[in-house]
Amino acid sequence: MYVLSQSILTIMIQFDRFVLDNGLRVLVHEDPSTPMAVVNVMYDVGARDEDPAQTGFAHLFEHLMFGGSINIKDYDEPLQRAGGENNAYTTNDLTNYYCQLPAQNIETAFWLESDRMLSLAFGEKSLATQRKVVCEEFKEHYINKPYGDVWHKMRSLAYTVHPYRWMTIGAALAHVEDAKIDDVKNFFFKHYRPVNAILVVAGNVKLEQVKRLAEKWFGPIEMGTKYERQLPIEPTQKEARKLVVEANVPLDAFVKTWHMDARLSPGYYAADLLTEILGGGAASRLYQTLVKEKQYFSSIDCYHFGSLDAGLVAVDGKLVKGVSMETAVQAVDEEIEKLKASKIEAKELEKVINRTESVIAFEDMSVMSRASSIALYELLGDASMMNTEFQKYQAITIDSIHDYANKIFANNNSNTLLYHAQS
Amino acid sequence: MLDRKITPSIEEAVHFDLQLKNCDRFTLDNKVPVYAMNAGAQDVVMVEWVFDAGNWYDKQPMVAATTNFLIKNGTTTKTAYQINDFFEFHGAYLNRSCYNETASLTLHCLSKHLETLLPVVCEIIETSIFPEQELGIYIQNQKQRLSVNLQKCDFIANRLIDEYLFGINHPYGTYSNAEDYDALNIDVIKAFYKQYYLNGCCKIFVAGKMPTGYEAMLNKAFGTLPLQAVPHAVVEHPVVTASQKKVEIINDENGVQGAIRMARPFPNRHHPDFQKAHVLNTLFGGFFGSRLMSNIREDKGYTYGIHSYFQNHVHASAWMISTEAGRDVCAATIAEVIKEMAILRNEPVDQQELDLVRNYMIGSLLGDLDGPFQLIGRWKSYVLNGLDENYFYKSIETIKSVTPQELQSLANTYLQPDDFYELVVI
Repeated sequence: MYVLSQSILTIMIQFDRFVLDNGLRVLVHEDPSTPMAVVNVMYDVGARDEDPAQTGFAHLFEHLMFGGSINIKDYDEPLQRAGGENNAYTTNDLTNYYCQLPAQNIETAFWLESDRMLSLAFGEKSLATQRKVVCEEFKEHYINKPYGDVWHKMRSLAYTVHPYRWMTIGAALAHVEDAKIDDVKNFFFKHYRPVNAILVVAGNVKLEQVKRLAEKWFGPIEMGTKYERQLPIEPTQKEARKLVVEANVPLDAFVKTWHMDARLSPGYYAADLLTEILGGGAASRLYQTLVKEKQYFSSIDCYHFGSLDAGLVAVDGKLVKGVSMETAVQAVDEEIEKLKASKIEAKELEKVINRTESVIAFEDMSVMSRASSIALYELLGDASMMNTEFQKYQAITIDSIHDYANKIFANNNSNTLLYHAQS
Repeated sequence: MLDRKITPSIEEAVHFDLQLKNCDRFTLDNKVPVYAMNAGAQDVVMVEWVFDAGNWYDKQPMVAATTNFLIKNGTTTKTAYQINDFFEFHGAYLNRSCYNETASLTLHCLSKHLETLLPVVCEIIETSIFPEQELGIYIQNQKQRLSVNLQKCDFIANRLIDEYLFGINHPYGTYSNAEDYDALNIDVIKAFYKQYYLNGCCKIFVAGKMPTGYEAMLNKAFGTLPLQAVPHAVVEHPVVTASQKKVEIINDENGVQGAIRMARPFPNRHHPDFQKAHVLNTLFGGFFGSRLMSNIREDKGYTYGIHSYFQNHVHASAWMISTEAGRDVCAATIAEVIKEMAILRNEPVDQQELDLVRNYMIGSLLGDLDGPFQLIGRWKSYVLNGLDENYFYKSIETIKSVTPQELQSLANTYLQPDDFYELVVI
């Protein structure tokens, strides 16, 4: 084995943490090597927290966060004037806002972010416009694109009760089109409160400076009520599910998923390494066997979404023209069966752990990415977990991989989508 | 009491004194130049081998791209699988990319593995064998990928607008067809490899936390290869622009969006207008607060995003406006773009708006200079475009000093709708 302990020391991310009286958790990561500062606000709300009749709301809301707050007409303009840039994203689990600006001007970011946590402006015009913008985003990515609806279909096949059954963009265009300003207000005051948020400040900053600014700008905001998440738990799947569709696409496609463990379970790390073994890189098992040797697929991947609740491991490929769906599906199953029948070699485990080490090191290069990692692990319960993450991968053994493969790759735990090209 | 209506004071980014960190330069024994940015806190490095092997040198379509793709699919001692497995085992990424003028191999790895990995990159450059079977798989999969892409309106629009600007036979205007893949044969690929890689003109760019003695490591692995430091004989490609300016294409009867591209020819970075026009472009459609975004996305809601930019070519550029808009608002979107051009031609930009753009550009430049990979990327762009650090300082000076009158005059020269191709693909 490679000795990896040396690298763990170098990738330790230092930070300080304090909590304001209103419950806002603040984490500070000092990095004097950059001239920039990053202000990252993560809200503990994602598409999983939506009403099934109003899906797509968390994401639509993310757009509205740029439509002006109670005291500031325009979010972007003052930030750009201060030399800054920003963006945001919504996942099924959380919503994250981040901006980067020259460290001298960091107070501008505190001013902007705290005002929109205080209250949005709730303008009708902003809602009307952003409904349209999100509908165009929906069309661009999920309707006007071959295979764009694959994950809509797969999510609603694999989940029966858990809100992972819809995508962050929403289950239907109509849900976004019908959003009303009162819904927006309710959503805001339920989820966008200090007690449900995490502020990470990173870069060329000092702890004392951040304490002062956080107190000044975020301190006066009312705490709000802690959102207690009570989501329906997806029951254990009892039998294999399959959906066959036909669409106007040039090639047959195939997606199969299996339920895996939640983010904090030991099984998560085994699942992550299994996706690497099957689909991580051109020397991975599925690519080598099915694209290069058998040539049944023109492309094939294996991945998961890093979901915080129990997620899905997916195999996703496009068939070579002329190869029958049956043949292709069976070939994938054979590869899965190999993992269940025989243990992997020590060298293969070493490879996927080395790859993980490398991914972590490259991710940590940018201060922006370090800031969002700190926020994510704090959301998971403890930011310092980011420094022990790699050890959790190192603790995975050949046997635990083998046991986990046998646990999740059971037929009754699978969902298959056969996506046929219209003939 | 905190008054949230009062903006905190800022230090205007235009007053920052930006410095471009110098890169180290040395040459290998065979005169191949190395540009190095040895910096960073994480134990990671990047090495890029840039060859003058882009599609500029194609004598037959897709040869440059195919050679670049297949170069790591087999050497005299290793199969494609063994090569991939070797790099993946070390958590390293060996990627290849083919551009217009250049094509490259890029290695990303942990610093501690660099010495182990370099000899295998050398083996690839020196003894790649291009197995017939690998070419067959590549052709089959590329044709399939193409068939999927041809259903996408944005993909079609990107191809056609380039063709209108430069002509189908020009490297910037050409695009792939299934027949081009079928026409490829292994001998042409091998010949291209021999001329443009094995005996090619190469530059090496490295960045990150370099291990001690990396200069010697590079020289040992690559300093004896028959690579050249001198460029190939100049190849000229005449630009043939299309005569029809407005085109509308229905690629998908059921499409719910149209891909809009509006573009005009524009000179390259050496032209005296280029840097000033860069400021005008930022104002027009180059960032989130631009006029096109503010009007067409944030006010009208016609699109998820609209951008304008200069194409990143060495010899000649084009000024492009690009968006995907709702099918029923494509015409309205084009009308608004034309309206925004007219405003820029007819009215000098307000000082406050220009100050915002200046600050944004400098602030964003400061962010772009953060980290060794970003820095070497900037140096690479200068080297490949025949520029030096003076370009950087001149560009900052331009951002700080360009006047509303100069921008208006540029708008009158370049933002004339009649000079633009106007394409909608549904």
